[in-house]
Amino acid sequence: MLRVFIADDEAPARARLRELLEDIGAELQTQVVGEARNGIEAIDRLPASGAQVLLLDIEMPGMHGLEVARHIARLASGPAVIFVTAHDRHAVEAFELNALDYLLKPVRAARLAAALKRAQAAGPPAAKTLETAADQLRETDGRGRTHFSLAERNRIVLVPVSDVVYLKAEQKYVTLRTREREHLVDESLIALEREFGERFVRIHRNCIVARDAVRGFERATATEDDEAHWLVVLEGIPERLPVSRRQWAMVRALVAQS
Amino acid sequence: MASINQNALSNGLPDFRNLGVIARVLVGVNLLALGAVLAASSGWDDLLDRLMLAAGFIEPILLASVLLLVILSPMLVRMRFVAGASAVLVLVLAVTAVAYDGVARVFGVPVGGELARVLLLATMATIMLLGYLRLATKAYSPALAEARLQALQARIRPHFLFNSLNAVLSLVRRDPVRAERALEDLADLFRTLMSDARQFVLLADEIALLERYASIEQLRLGERLRIVWDLDAAPSDAILPPLVLQPLLENAVYHGVEPSIEPADVVVRIAQHGDRLRVLVENPFSDRHAHHAGNRMAIENIRERLMLFFDAEARLSARIEGKRYIAEIEMPYRPAPKAPRGAIAGARPEG
Repeated sequence: MLRVFIADDEAPARARLRELLEDIGAELQTQVVGEARNGIEAIDRLPASGAQVLLLDIEMPGMHGLEVARHIARLASGPAVIFVTAHDRHAVEAFELNALDYLLKPVRAARLAAALKRAQAAGPPAAKTLETAADQLRETDGRGRTHFSLAERNRIVLVPVSDVVYLKAEQKYVTLRTREREHLVDESLIALEREFGERFVRIHRNCIVARDAVRGFERATATEDDEAHWLVVLEGIPERLPVSRRQWAMVRALVAQS
Repeated sequence: MASINQNALSNGLPDFRNLGVIARVLVGVNLLALGAVLAASSGWDDLLDRLMLAAGFIEPILLASVLLLVILSPMLVRMRFVAGASAVLVLVLAVTAVAYDGVARVFGVPVGGELARVLLLATMATIMLLGYLRLATKAYSPALAEARLQALQARIRPHFLFNSLNAVLSLVRRDPVRAERALEDLADLFRTLMSDARQFVLLADEIALLERYASIEQLRLGERLRIVWDLDAAPSDAILPPLVLQPLLENAVYHGVEPSIEPADVVVRIAQHGDRLRVLVENPFSDRHAHHAGNRMAIENIRERLMLFFDAEARLSARIEGKRYIAEIEMPYRPAPKAPRGAIAGARPEG
């Protein structure tokens, strides 16, 4: 009995998939263990469902399916993923390039059965593959990640990119600071800067801050040959961050623009 | 779908009631006059004198001619090009002769030279302008055919087609009657999308089409989509270019409702204000509007269609007010002719 989770924002589309899963019952026994109407809901409900395969529509409100898959890939024992799309040329291109399995709507029973069997054999997609596909998609249609995610035991915590005040590299991890708290993310600051360059500005070799969180600057009471002469004052957090001499001119200009 | 061929582009003569055409005639004649005076004058002082003299003579003729053409426009539209153009020429010459006579009498001296020379100048100006306006219309004709093709491609959003078919498939077993109705709606919608986009259509039919489209979207989106119809002041006898209203609503659903997790409402308001027809479609604003090139393209497409049919007399504006995205069209209210040439009796979709 293959445990399947269905994520699609259109009720008729979910109904159709359930119907098809019943139709192929003689060939492949399945059980629908959960459903979701959007990506956030899917990320919320999937871990507890114990699903082995996720049928994931990619055009859902709130979050693109490819991003949903990336967050879900953080689970220790995540499901295999089969993407479903009515017509997203760019996404299909990215799936093809990275050998990710997908189905086109309207879905045919035979194709569904074949894809489920493949998924069962192949298991969850590699996080790296999903990341590459997402990068390609971002380049073609400009849609980037909306959330950071962290695996906590058997659930996924989402942090909206818009909540992030700064990202700071420390040794192996990057600290992600929101107004409320800190998280550690397992990504490189350089890659993050490349991905979110429009939203953040680099103030220091090891730190990028959200442009719209910058409230002002303070003169640092530096005495010795300290590199930091100015500090950034940020919205919502008491902490002051040093601006390196090298970045100062650019930071001031960028912030003055906005 | 009923269609009424009122297209002024048909005989090659310009639509003299169109503000854009009137503006071009006024500017064109004055430019020609300026050119002629510039060529004839010997210096800057002399130029000004001659210009004043010429304007005093030309402007009354110009305004009177334009006024007459506006009045006689319905007759001219029915003529073939050569006959119509000759009629325009005769009319302009008559006005010129009368004006010449009048000026000669008032001042006791011929002002613009001998009558024959004045008439020759008027003839040349008229022929040049008619030629220019005809070329301009012709230049639009391929654009019109191409716009139709483009509109067709832009119209049939694959996303909408495949998702709708998928929704219908889900109904086939559970609710066959509803599935049938949905397929009929889809068929009507696509018939219209593929029809000749160069003819005016009745507002009542466009509204019926909107409702068909809305019912398909409702099927897919369920309670996520709420449409508020405000059509009480809509003049159902009005005619308008095809494929203007439905794309506007589709745009609202695609960019305003589908990206929203919460249920979203779309307002459709069509009303007559004096001799203007106003259409407003309002939906929640989402980032997808701002960033998506598809939205701009759809709006540009509709704007272009309006321009092809109405030139400067229609406008389409899109704005953001608070958290709402508002697209508004204003165009001339034109009632359908009382006895159209059998066109309205055509294949009107059943209500």
